[in-house]
Amino acid sequence: MNWFYFSSPSTFYGLAGRLAPWFFALAAVTAVWGLYLGLLVAPTDAQQGEVYRVIFIHVPTAWMSMFLYFVMACYCGLTLVFNTRLSAMMARAIAPTGALFTAVALWTGSFWGKPTWGTYWVWDARLTSELVLLFLYFGFIALSNAFEDPRRGDRAAALLAIIGVVNLPIIYFSVQWWNTLHQGSSVSFKGTSMHVTMLTGMLVMSFSAWFYAAGAALVRVRSIILERERRAQWVRELKEG
Amino acid sequence: MYWSSWDAFWAMGGHAFFVWMSFGALFLALAVELVLLRVRRIRALGDIEEERELEAEN
Repeated sequence: MNWFYFSSPSTFYGLAGRLAPWFFALAAVTAVWGLYLGLLVAPTDAQQGEVYRVIFIHVPTAWMSMFLYFVMACYCGLTLVFNTRLSAMMARAIAPTGALFTAVALWTGSFWGKPTWGTYWVWDARLTSELVLLFLYFGFIALSNAFEDPRRGDRAAALLAIIGVVNLPIIYFSVQWWNTLHQGSSVSFKGTSMHVTMLTGMLVMSFSAWFYAAGAALVRVRSIILERERRAQWVRELKEG
Repeated sequence: MYWSSWDAFWAMGGHAFFVWMSFGALFLALAVELVLLRVRRIRALGDIEEERELEAEN
């Protein structure tokens, strides 16, 4: 098998087009299942009452905000080391969806914080580092579009993304390293303190977020490929409505 | 099923505002992104079409 076959934008364009609908379909199915478990089946939380149900979107979007950044940074590493075009396009395709999940994680956290902590926002370590993540995404998008030559934008933004990876462990461990208002992890590599239906619902919603992000990134990268390769022969010969 | 009625479900134990503001924002954000993805694709295809026409004229 030729591992570099799909690293060419022209071949990846077709693959992405075939995969994206499947990711969206899986995202929809898992979302219905996860929302059913989270909103209709899961029991109430003994301490927080019904408002805890925000967890079923807050935690998946927050996990995904960090995971997508990590994937984006990996693509950026490939861009800098191998100077590959597709990896830079994939990083650009992931960034807006990553920013969206980060914004939603902050927003839902804020609406969860108000009834449980009494405030929408506090400058605590977890919230602040997640806000920094949002600005890293914005910075990446701005920098990648700041150059006349898109290849220079790719490399400059890639460097920023890789430096920004430092922020990921800070977000993850912030609840342990500092005395924060944000509660500690309910799920860790050591196990969980959650009711099994709650946990299942949260994990199913996380898969849904992952499938959605993959679908969105693949659809976006197809547009990016068309924009960047507009003058290539294969794009000219493309027959699509 | 955990809820005794749909009214109880929508009320979310008195926290309806916070719960539905969260879920609503997520769905709104996803809907906006899907529309933007569609718009970007239509534009990209339109640009290619334009380029083809320009070439045909020359």
